[in-house]
Amino acid sequence: MTLVTARPSVGVVVFPGTWSERDFLHVAEAVLGWDARPVWHADAELGAVDAVVLPGGFAHGDHLRTGAIARFSPIMGAVEAYAAAGGPVIGSCNGFQVLTEAGLLPGALTRNDHLEFRCDWQWLRVERPASAPAWLGEIAEGAAIRLPISHGEGRYVADPATLDAIEAAGRVVLRYADAAGRVSAEANPNGSERSIAGIVNELGNVLGLMPHPERAAEAEVGGTDGLLLFRSLERWLQERPAAAERRL
Amino acid sequence: MRWQAEVQVALRTGIADPEGQTIASALRSLGYDTVGEVRSGKLLRIAFEAEDSAAAEEAVADMCRRLLANPVMETASWELRADEEPQSAETVIG
Repeated sequence: MTLVTARPSVGVVVFPGTWSERDFLHVAEAVLGWDARPVWHADAELGAVDAVVLPGGFAHGDHLRTGAIARFSPIMGAVEAYAAAGGPVIGSCNGFQVLTEAGLLPGALTRNDHLEFRCDWQWLRVERPASAPAWLGEIAEGAAIRLPISHGEGRYVADPATLDAIEAAGRVVLRYADAAGRVSAEANPNGSERSIAGIVNELGNVLGLMPHPERAAEAEVGGTDGLLLFRSLERWLQERPAAAERRL
Repeated sequence: MRWQAEVQVALRTGIADPEGQTIASALRSLGYDTVGEVRSGKLLRIAFEAEDSAAAEEAVADMCRRLLANPVMETASWELRADEEPQSAETVIG
């Protein structure tokens, strides 16, 4: 069994108000040479894909709460089934918010503690990359990577028992840090509990992160650390051909 | 039978409310020295139909659980009244 096609094929979910899908599609097709296609939120099926992307934006205007309405879109049933079967799913920014609202990841994202929309380059410390092999497998434990953030509601919150449980299980995989990979209150751009920027589900296939890897995939735009996530996926798919069988 | 629910969604105790804090500090800077904590939230007025008050109550509880509040960080409380009658009942969850 090989990949869906000779090269990775990704489905990029588009809700009304999603705005980062073009960047993901551009990186997948033009930078990486993958197959990529948008999947409309009103569709009930993902089709044959090797990975699913929930991009950033303001799905359904972020009305009520970020991701609250998007989680009931018809496509989310297929995304949940795909995730449950072990298919690689990444939710960036608004996509992370949708994943928490859908219950695919624990916790919630709420208003930045300083109330500002923060659009900046941000250093992150990668922890326990082996917990999310499909997305972080090519990155070393403790590495500092630099990705853009762009959000007003990125403060990760969960009750202390949940925070302790995901930490103990090695599911906190990205923390806001400085260029040396040091985690501190000063390096935390939004007041997230324990500086959490990204977490993974129990199975290790669903990654949610506030930063935008798709905006750091070409040197012209200021950085290429985002490619580390996409190369990790590519490698994971090549080494785990069974992954392709999980597509739904 | 027509009903009107007034649902209040608030951040849970312990979840920082930067909007409330900013409003509190703005009030203090206007001279309201005695202002303590301010908590912000949402108010939703929902008009709907249900057989009787028990069914209406159940419907609102279900709306809150499924969509209106995220139990990770929010609580919901509501007041329910029949559109024709003045009687009201208050319930709090979360």
